[in-house]
Amino acid sequence: MSDPAVRLSGLRKSFGAVHAVTGVDLDIADGEFFAMLGPSGSGKTTVLRMIAGFESPTSGTVELGGVDVTRLAPFERDVNTVFQDYALFPHMSVLDNVEYGLRVKRVPRAERRERALAALASVRLEGYERRRPGQLSGGQRQRVALARALVNRPRVLLLDEPLGALDLKLREEMQVELKSIQREVGITFLFVTHDQEEALTMSDRVAVFDRGRVEQVGTPAEIYERPATAFVAGFVGTSNLISGSAAQAVLGREGTFSVRPEKLRVAALGDPVDGAEHSATGTVSEVVYAGPATRFVVELDAGGRLIALQQNLQVSSMDVMGLRGTKVRLVWHRRHEFAIVS
Amino acid sequence: MNAAPNTPAAALSRRTPRRRLSAFLHRHAGVRLSLLLSAPMLWLGIAYLGALAALFAAALWRADTFTGDLIREVTWANFQDLFTTEVYRTIALRSVGVAVAVTLIDLVIAFPMAFAMAKLASPRAQRWLVIAVLTPLWASYLVKAYAWRVMLSSEGVLGWGYGLTATIITLSYLWLPYMILPIYAGLERLPNSLLEAAGDLGARGWRTFRTVVWPLAFPAVVAGSIFTFSLSLGDYIAVKIVGGRSQLIGNVVYDNIGAANNLPFAAAVATVPVVIMLVYLAAVRRTGALENL
Repeated sequence: MSDPAVRLSGLRKSFGAVHAVTGVDLDIADGEFFAMLGPSGSGKTTVLRMIAGFESPTSGTVELGGVDVTRLAPFERDVNTVFQDYALFPHMSVLDNVEYGLRVKRVPRAERRERALAALASVRLEGYERRRPGQLSGGQRQRVALARALVNRPRVLLLDEPLGALDLKLREEMQVELKSIQREVGITFLFVTHDQEEALTMSDRVAVFDRGRVEQVGTPAEIYERPATAFVAGFVGTSNLISGSAAQAVLGREGTFSVRPEKLRVAALGDPVDGAEHSATGTVSEVVYAGPATRFVVELDAGGRLIALQQNLQVSSMDVMGLRGTKVRLVWHRRHEFAIVS
Repeated sequence: MNAAPNTPAAALSRRTPRRRLSAFLHRHAGVRLSLLLSAPMLWLGIAYLGALAALFAAALWRADTFTGDLIREVTWANFQDLFTTEVYRTIALRSVGVAVAVTLIDLVIAFPMAFAMAKLASPRAQRWLVIAVLTPLWASYLVKAYAWRVMLSSEGVLGWGYGLTATIITLSYLWLPYMILPIYAGLERLPNSLLEAAGDLGARGWRTFRTVVWPLAFPAVVAGSIFTFSLSLGDYIAVKIVGGRSQLIGNVVYDNIGAANNLPFAAAVATVPVVIMLVYLAAVRRTGALENL
């Protein structure tokens, strides 16, 4: 087996008394689209900056393609970064920005120009070569930053909240575009985000960070369907926990369990329940109509509360609003409930 | 407390003259602006531009050779003397040379200092460094110049003696804060991510400086140089204290007001640094430096 593109071993970083990263071990395979997901202050950006070389770890090592680069300066590492604020050089044209890395590496003029133009074409920015960054929109600047990094053909591309500054519509477009660019160039993409939806839709694998540690690593489906800890269950999607006496009453088991909202069916009290299903009765305390779906907040008779998400396939807001205050039965398949490690 | 209801109707019922005036000013932005600006505009117009105009007018008069009385007749004779007399040309060029040297020396010292303050020091150290840079400005100009006189005298710590070099050293010291502060402010505004991006793309320190830091800090450098250059060009005290027998434009002005009692000629000499500064400002306007002051 070949060496992973990135290997982090026992990585720690403290800023004085603040422990930003408290022991991270990760292997990121070649060609992978890998997301580091977590709330702000969870240490994900610090890890990214240690891979880029902007911060040096308090202890632990960073390997790129099997080579220990922990002590190397940023300019000695075969990685490039797309910065959160894009960090385009404001006094240079778009073309000069994209050519910067190649000029530093003394790539001959003709080849430099050709590669820069190809990189700009790959992010659909032909015809913008002479513009200054200040004359571009946020989305265009984002793509220039991407082209400026990709043109160097790094081993790993690091993206720090690359879509954070864009509005929702543009962000969704860029998610699709980033994914297709990554497939095209085949470079390992390692990106940092606090947006769980972004992490789930774009990446091959996700590492969920909390308080300087990795809580769970897995494919988006694994992270979402089988969260390993209460934190992951809560941060990625709605947590919907059943615990304590409620778990005893509803499931007949000790511990804390979770079911995703869309896995719950809102049924009438007398509806039949399959042998492979579990159910719990409760009172609808809140109904939120959101166009394609409706969110029901149900206070369980056994204690606790669950949120159920139902597609509005046949119903309108009139129909669902009337359910507030009524007694219902929530039904779900047993395989959709999972135990949570506290 | 019994607060009155904050409705438009309640507000109208409470219209005191002061409220009426506030409302009037609120509606008429032009009146508000002219009231605020009238005092500073008067000051600028009369005290500053007026004085400059008076200076230029005085330069076109002449003084009676025997009595020293002003003769208010327009003549270009003062400027003719100024441009045809060898010694004045030499002094003017020497003054510009000193101003350029002071500016360059201050730049070389100030840039690394400002960079360390803006990019390397911790926020706490940054505050202390700014105070440290500002502190010499609280001391009297004369005290500082005499301190250098003591250090430079042949019995002093440095003992290099007086002259043009001593003048340049002293002026460089005096105006250094005026170079550090604009560059510091300019580098402060430069996002750290730009420096990181250059390193990320393979550039080492010197290249990052040359291609990213310097071009972006250049307007701030020019802003600082306006201070050091103009302050040096107009100075005559430091050169009197540590300059030995050397003379600068300022001394010629001073001597013509004092000993020679020839105010029109002093005025003509004084227009020389004004013109040099105007030319300099026109040249640097294109760099965007004036937005950095």
